[in-house]
Amino acid sequence: MSVIVYIETQDQEIKKSSLEVASYGRAIADAQETSLVAVTFGLENGSALKQYGVDTIINVPTEGEQYFNADRYSSTLAKIADNEGAKLLIISSSANGRYLGPIVATKFQSTYFSNVIGLPLSYDPLTVKRSCFTNKAFNQSTSQKARVVISLSSNSFGIIEKDGKGDLKTAEYAASTCDLRVESVEKSSNKVSIADAEIVISGGRGLKGPENWHLIEDLATVLGAATACSKPVSDMGWRPHSEHVGQTGKPVASNLYIAIGVSGAIQHLAGINSSKVKVVINNDPEAPFFKAADYGIVGDAFEVVPELISKLKVLKGA
Amino acid sequence: MTHRHFFINFVQNNLFMKILVCISTVPDTTSKINFVNQNQAFDTQGVTFIINPNDEFGLTRAIWFQQKEGADVTVVTVGDSSCEPILRKCLAIGADRAIRIDATPMDGFYVASQLSELAKKETYDLIITGRESIDYNGGMVGGILATFLGLPYLANCNGLEKDGTTFNLEREMDGGKELLKASFPIVIGAQKGLVEEKDLIIPNMRGIMQARQKPLEVVPAVNLEAGSSIESFEKPPAKGPVKLIDSSNIDGLIDLLQNEAKVL
Repeated sequence: MSVIVYIETQDQEIKKSSLEVASYGRAIADAQETSLVAVTFGLENGSALKQYGVDTIINVPTEGEQYFNADRYSSTLAKIADNEGAKLLIISSSANGRYLGPIVATKFQSTYFSNVIGLPLSYDPLTVKRSCFTNKAFNQSTSQKARVVISLSSNSFGIIEKDGKGDLKTAEYAASTCDLRVESVEKSSNKVSIADAEIVISGGRGLKGPENWHLIEDLATVLGAATACSKPVSDMGWRPHSEHVGQTGKPVASNLYIAIGVSGAIQHLAGINSSKVKVVINNDPEAPFFKAADYGIVGDAFEVVPELISKLKVLKGA
Repeated sequence: MTHRHFFINFVQNNLFMKILVCISTVPDTTSKINFVNQNQAFDTQGVTFIINPNDEFGLTRAIWFQQKEGADVTVVTVGDSSCEPILRKCLAIGADRAIRIDATPMDGFYVASQLSELAKKETYDLIITGRESIDYNGGMVGGILATFLGLPYLANCNGLEKDGTTFNLEREMDGGKELLKASFPIVIGAQKGLVEEKDLIIPNMRGIMQARQKPLEVVPAVNLEAGSSIESFEKPPAKGPVKLIDSSNIDGLIDLLQNEAKVL
């Protein structure tokens, strides 16, 4: 009854959120005195997972199929979990993880728990803590079924190195059960995606226009951060929709979120609540963001941000 | 005749697309979140309920198909009679009929199971759910429903066009977007982008009057088990006040982020 983790990769690299999933899976496997099995799709060399506590790394060759396929991945994972006699399957909370979650949970005849924070509070029955009301509250949920699929909130557990056995295996790629085909993928020009970023720099209307976005981009470059924006900014077409964070946009769970010229509407704050440290730079001391932030500077972004960039460049030796 | 053959006949005979939009009733974004009964239940006192925003983007897209090409739009929710004003609002926005499955929604699995039992009885070309509800944020009803029905599911769907008997779809993913094709029928998890906020329909008086005449059917729930139960709720500890740093003291901010918050 090993614990199964689904490991996501991009261009043959294991995603950081999946290293967190492996670390979390290891901790559960230890608590249950069992082994940890990782499943990868089309990954040529998954041996790096050994140092995150994985005992068996099962790669599924995807027959040249290059895109994520929720249908085939979920069938494959459910079959492997079944073969291993597993009760727990753990996935990340990336867009693909959250897409896969309910489908694989149904195929695995299990309960699906999304937004899980921390290790289970009990194993029999399985009880977990989950965030809800866009991170304004938590609940404790108990599964009625023995089998559970857990989607782990990003940055809620951390990455822990630990030696596993690291045996390598392969498994068969399950056949397609429905007709939904990816024609193409358009990657955004951003170097770091909001979902994977440890630091997110976000700009609002206070920046006055898209021509001033170099301030956000330069600060993001120095910090290796992703760029984001408020809803009005994307509605006005200053920035693409894919950068809009908030209730109806993308959720952010970064370690550091720096909001520049963002007033902090409740819908915006709902999307960034689970970021650990929030900094606001705004010339309006009454901006609601100051109530939600940990650190704040009341000042003109056009003066504060360039100075911040130059000082960080010195600090980072760039 | 199999489901699929039936759908293809439907479209080839130039009959209209049938759309089912699954609606969830959620507290307004600005609601105070509190709990009662020893933190076992959400405190609904003074809370205004709205159509889940992601569902509303989906509904608005469905109404677009109705107005452009005569699609037939049914809305459905799982809930008690307190959900009916929200269904009436959907009718005022333009849905042709509403169905309320008379049950207390226990969890996402339970809701998806009830919806699946209902959807099996009809032949829908397109089933729309929101990518997630803004209260429990489970993001599971669409995926479970589709899998129960043996249909494909597309999460985070922010583009949907019809091309004969196929759909051209778009999915927002981390760091880009995916363009896909699917034949009828499909289940999608709707989100912003499917329509824009400015496209949302505010019901006018005529719509509200017409909504009163439109059918709102109440159907009994199927006897099913929930997959999980919520034991208790809690709120995060109150956040301390913001630490203000003078705008001339950028070094001070960097120092705090490095040494106190340890995030640089």
